[in-house]
Amino acid sequence: MSRIAATFDRLRGEHRQALVPFVVAGDPDLATTGQAVGALARAGADMIELGVPFSDPVADGPINQRAYQRALAGGVTVRDVIELVGQARPAVPVVLLSYYNPIVQYGVGRFCADAARHGVDGVVIPDLPADEADELVAAARPVGLDTIFLLAPTSTDTRIRVVAGRSSGFIYGVSVTGVTGVRDRLPEEIRELVGRIKKLTRLPVCVGFGVSTPDQARRVAEIADGVIVGSALVALLEQPGDKVARLEQFVRELRKAIDAVGARGAGPS
Amino acid sequence: MASVTQKGRFGKYGGRYVPETLIPALDELEQEYERYRQDRLFQEELAYYLQRYCGRPTPLYFAERLTDMLGGARIYLKREDLLHTGAHKINNTMGQVLLAQRMGKGRVIAETGAGQHGVATATAAAMFGLACDVYMGAEDMVRQELNVFRMRLLGARVIPVESGSRTLKDAINEALRDWVTNVRTTFYVIGSVVGPHPYPSMVRDFQSVIGREVRTQSTAEIERLPDYLVACVGGGSNAMGLFYPFKDDPEVKMVGVEAGGLGVSTGHHAATLVAGTPGVLHGAFSYLLQDGAGQISSTHSVSAGLDYPGVGPEHSYFKETGRAKYVAVSDRDALQGFRLLSQTEGIIPALEPAHAIAYLRTLVPTLSRDHVVVVGLSGRGDKDVQHVSRIVQSSNEALSSP
Repeated sequence: MSRIAATFDRLRGEHRQALVPFVVAGDPDLATTGQAVGALARAGADMIELGVPFSDPVADGPINQRAYQRALAGGVTVRDVIELVGQARPAVPVVLLSYYNPIVQYGVGRFCADAARHGVDGVVIPDLPADEADELVAAARPVGLDTIFLLAPTSTDTRIRVVAGRSSGFIYGVSVTGVTGVRDRLPEEIRELVGRIKKLTRLPVCVGFGVSTPDQARRVAEIADGVIVGSALVALLEQPGDKVARLEQFVRELRKAIDAVGARGAGPS
Repeated sequence: MASVTQKGRFGKYGGRYVPETLIPALDELEQEYERYRQDRLFQEELAYYLQRYCGRPTPLYFAERLTDMLGGARIYLKREDLLHTGAHKINNTMGQVLLAQRMGKGRVIAETGAGQHGVATATAAAMFGLACDVYMGAEDMVRQELNVFRMRLLGARVIPVESGSRTLKDAINEALRDWVTNVRTTFYVIGSVVGPHPYPSMVRDFQSVIGREVRTQSTAEIERLPDYLVACVGGGSNAMGLFYPFKDDPEVKMVGVEAGGLGVSTGHHAATLVAGTPGVLHGAFSYLLQDGAGQISSTHSVSAGLDYPGVGPEHSYFKETGRAKYVAVSDRDALQGFRLLSQTEGIIPALEPAHAIAYLRTLVPTLSRDHVVVVGLSGRGDKDVQHVSRIVQSSNEALSSP
């Protein structure tokens, strides 16, 4: 069983939902990300999602775009991010989020092998639909790297079956038709999507895109197995001052809000 | 489960590398396009507008003075510059906007580089009564301010893109983000043979009217097919439209001319097929200009319409199979081509096809007068006159300064 699957098993037993914070590796530099990884784990993250910078992130809103640009200005590459994970080796699972081209150029097979060897547990590729992922899945399975695909409010039941058939670890539910970013309110359609996914697969579902406040995190935790918070954290790293301390404090608040749901949530089924 | 992995592939190139949110929309587009492709009424309506509104068929014109001057093969120009809005782009936008209307979408969006595709989309949207938003790099808005004004006159909203290199690549990123957000109500009119399946095939089909006409016209005029087809390649829609109907005629050679910028060896260019490597950008696996880590390079060309780090996947396939050959022409040579056609034929070409004209100086003298070369004159140069006059002024100043 992968570390990600084991994490969801444990959470299910504890009637808790996963908190998955996201930051961009190398924003503003790799040393800060190294500290951030430790702080996120201390603050109660169940998994950490690290973004690999890319020049043309079409699924991302302005906050993450700026973070990728800051990381690219420092010359951060796929290799740097994998090595960062190898050095940090946090106690919780690590998922890399990367657009497909940096992985293609690194070599899909080599990427999976190197990532797994350095302690990466899973990969999310926002511009690689499950039915284009033969090569990735074939390379990831033997080395125990989970392949996490996305589903969106526009996804049909046919798509849910295709994605579930290729996914391991968990499924990434996109809360909105749109790009990543901070939002005042979350659409109702996410409840419907999670419900449809749950009917067709036993894989855990984590919801992201736009989850920005402890209150929103709590509401997502009521319907899903996990909550992914990205842009709201990335925005904290843009501000001057003690970025890592701010990050840790905010993740503690998210943790508290999610744990208030507990067994009341629909949660893991 | 049926594998759909081979969907929209040209050899290993193409595919659909987009966020999951868009997959159902691409499935729907593929089905609707397949349906209307075979729908007689749709095709008749499109043909009607292409003829009566856009001005098709365009002439195949024998450029006699240019032929005499270059002293080799006979040169014919396929006069897409004479179309309504001044470029081949309208062939595609009439097709896509008509399809959007049939699919019940009330709003179209587009990206634009030189502004020609934006103008052509705004024109079709005005004619069919649809709302239109055009994404354009802030840098390109300065280079092509006349087209910005034209789009606004036509009722479109032009949205400046300030991210990245502020050119065509970033305009496509922003249009994709808009489409992901508004996919249920919006049709994305892509301007070239790029993007996720089915766009490269669909845009090729709409542009293939160029090559089909050339087949008919050359058969009538010279009683055979041409020996060479030459066209500029940015994303590659005008070249693919010219080439595709001849792809199974091995005696017809094809040359795509890319933007060599300041010179391919300088790194400041947009010669994707000449100097790039395969990768994934904007929904397709195709040749790209990128660094070793897979970050997309910034490009340079005097011509905003060619200033793009990607290229249509079917061109990558033609390169790989050798069906077409791809070369690069520098900014400097393209400016000479611009002047050459203006002064020998009284036709001011757009800077994009000026690259193809410039390549004739290399190709034509190696051939005899028995040979026939057809050049895709994809657009007229009105939009570039101001830009070129600035370049000429500043280079004169540079020459006269001590």
